[in-house]
Amino acid sequence: MAHFTKATSVKDWLNQRLAVEKIEKVMASEYWIPKNINFLWAMGMVLVITFALLVVSGIFLLMYYVPTVDEAFYSVNYTIMREVDFGWLWRHIHGVAASVVFLVIYIHMFTGIYYGSYKKGRELIWVSGMLLFVAFSAEAFSGYMLPWGQMSYWAGMVITNLFAGGSLHADGLVEWIRGDYVPAQAFLGRFFMLHVFLLPLAIMALIGLHFAALRIPHVNNQDGEEIDFDAESKKYLDGDKAGSKVMRFANDFMSKDMMVVGIFLIFFFYLVFWNYSFAMDPVNFDPADGLKTPAHIYPEWYFLWSYEILRPFNIDLGLILFGFAQVIFVLLPWLDRSPNAVPANRRGLFAIWFWVMLSNMIILTAMGKLPPEGVFSQIGLVSAVLFVVQWIALPFITAREKKV
Amino acid sequence: MKNKEPIILAVVVFFSLATYYLVEPFAHHVLHKKVIEAKNEGFAYNDLPAITKTGNAASGKDLVVNGGCTGCHSIEVAGMPAPMDAVTAAGAYGVNPPDLSNAGAIYDAKFLADLIKNPAHALKVEHKFDAAKGEMHPMVSYYGMGGDIDQEVADMVAYMQSIAVKPEDVTPAMAYEDACGRCHSVEYEKWTQIGEKPKFKHEKDSLAFDIKVIEYQESLIKYMGKLPPDLSMYIRSRGDDFLSKLIENPQNILEGTAMPRVGVTADAAEKIIEHMKDAGDTKRHEREEIGRNVMIYIIIFAIFAFLWKKQVWRDLH
Repeated sequence: MAHFTKATSVKDWLNQRLAVEKIEKVMASEYWIPKNINFLWAMGMVLVITFALLVVSGIFLLMYYVPTVDEAFYSVNYTIMREVDFGWLWRHIHGVAASVVFLVIYIHMFTGIYYGSYKKGRELIWVSGMLLFVAFSAEAFSGYMLPWGQMSYWAGMVITNLFAGGSLHADGLVEWIRGDYVPAQAFLGRFFMLHVFLLPLAIMALIGLHFAALRIPHVNNQDGEEIDFDAESKKYLDGDKAGSKVMRFANDFMSKDMMVVGIFLIFFFYLVFWNYSFAMDPVNFDPADGLKTPAHIYPEWYFLWSYEILRPFNIDLGLILFGFAQVIFVLLPWLDRSPNAVPANRRGLFAIWFWVMLSNMIILTAMGKLPPEGVFSQIGLVSAVLFVVQWIALPFITAREKKV
Repeated sequence: MKNKEPIILAVVVFFSLATYYLVEPFAHHVLHKKVIEAKNEGFAYNDLPAITKTGNAASGKDLVVNGGCTGCHSIEVAGMPAPMDAVTAAGAYGVNPPDLSNAGAIYDAKFLADLIKNPAHALKVEHKFDAAKGEMHPMVSYYGMGGDIDQEVADMVAYMQSIAVKPEDVTPAMAYEDACGRCHSVEYEKWTQIGEKPKFKHEKDSLAFDIKVIEYQESLIKYMGKLPPDLSMYIRSRGDDFLSKLIENPQNILEGTAMPRVGVTADAAEKIIEHMKDAGDTKRHEREEIGRNVMIYIIIFAIFAFLWKKQVWRDLH
């Protein structure tokens, strides 16, 4: 056994057993962050705070939610919204945070793409981030089933139908996933379990991996500068705080994180109290009815772009391209053949690629919600094809890129 | 180094707002074009003829009694009870005919006048009740007692207005129950088509009440084609604009629907919607109040966070 001495303080007692000082250094005070970064680098903390809001509000909702097809809608809309003190508040926070978290994820993702933060040793940050995106998507979808409203039911119907694989007609697989011929009690129970246990667990584990993947390569900076963290941190510790190119994570960068979080929360709570309909679809305030298909079925806004890649084509091609869209982002670090880990605006053609990709995904998002008629379906088709072409073109564009 | 943050913020805000605009206001406008662009006359009922005669409430009373109205309708306030209970009445007519005590305060006068003369026309259900094909509306048209029919109708309307409470004393619940409540339940307010479900001491009595509701609903389903939906959450699922336009003229919003135009005044329509908010958005006042307090708290938090950042970063530059 290790040698223990009589502790001189609580901190010392803990130090001998948990090495708290060392942990604090590794995780906070000597976790070095470059100084040349902007507020987009605070999106990670914004996501942590939003996830915390989701967990806390979710715990309160879980106390009253009843996961049965007969009671679910009532427990949400009557018990939680009317009877439980502040139940409405927790529900609005949960619903709005579930939507806003995707806005921040997309900002975080496109920040990473713009600044090339998936390159040179940072591949695992990117891959774990994309796995988090997948886990959050599954979490959002399973959560959307729980109020058991019209959109829950019909979105559940449509999305599980995708697993039939078009012409493969794997209807058995669809039934196996649903546990029934249509979404019913078995389906609701399963998605409830996924939403409140397995997926949050997976998300927490992936957040751990995401942070761990970041620790050794350090975060990127906005100038694509190669920083010698050892030399710069030594300079900082020797007292030249202003001259060093790096700063501590805590409290230096964390103070800025908190400033951004403060501004974000003003925006967030404005949505929670005054502008929540975008996150809580009116159609889902009608109880699920298997005999009444809603006039328009569409997913939540953050799934619309991939939904629109599925929609313009025949079912088989649509499914293949949909699958392509789901996995292609994960491969970005290998599809980008350029060695330049610098902002997109200094990378020639890639800059165009980036802004076209971003704009095109917004167009896909819009078309995914609109009814597939007339000019909307034509725009959707062109955008979906452009999306695929852009990804196929990426290795060729980036391979020709000159070293900057 | 130049501070790029304002321009970066502008870019982020621009793309976020563009996405929001496209998937919310714009898509909403495309998806719900019909409702958003539906013409609203502000419950003026311009398609109905104006009442040209000045009504006399006293002769109106005689006409109402002798004209046969009270054969089906109760007028509780004048001491005239319903000839049948709600379940039996629904069995006979499809839906329980309303009590007329407050009709004068809740419904538009022009509408009442037209309703008396030609129910299917005023209610806009002529697609369902075509007299030429022998499909008669359960409410019999009034053909007059021999005098000037327009004068007689004006008298009856004047009588109904004279016995009703003042329009400003109509409560949201009264307006809802009178105009909507005989077809639409509101589970969250314990409202059934035959009235509010009382608290029963014995399970047996509670079940007996439920059976009555089911019997009533069976007649209603035969009459309307399907059970009219429960409206507990309609304020959240449909919203004010849809509901107001639907109440004013159901055919404008749901073409061919069996739902009649109920002919409420603009004031009563507002109260109906208020009642639906009381059922499906009960915490709206609390939401405003707590929202304000949370905002104050968060703004103070943001100010402190900003000051902390300034203090920490003073040494870093």
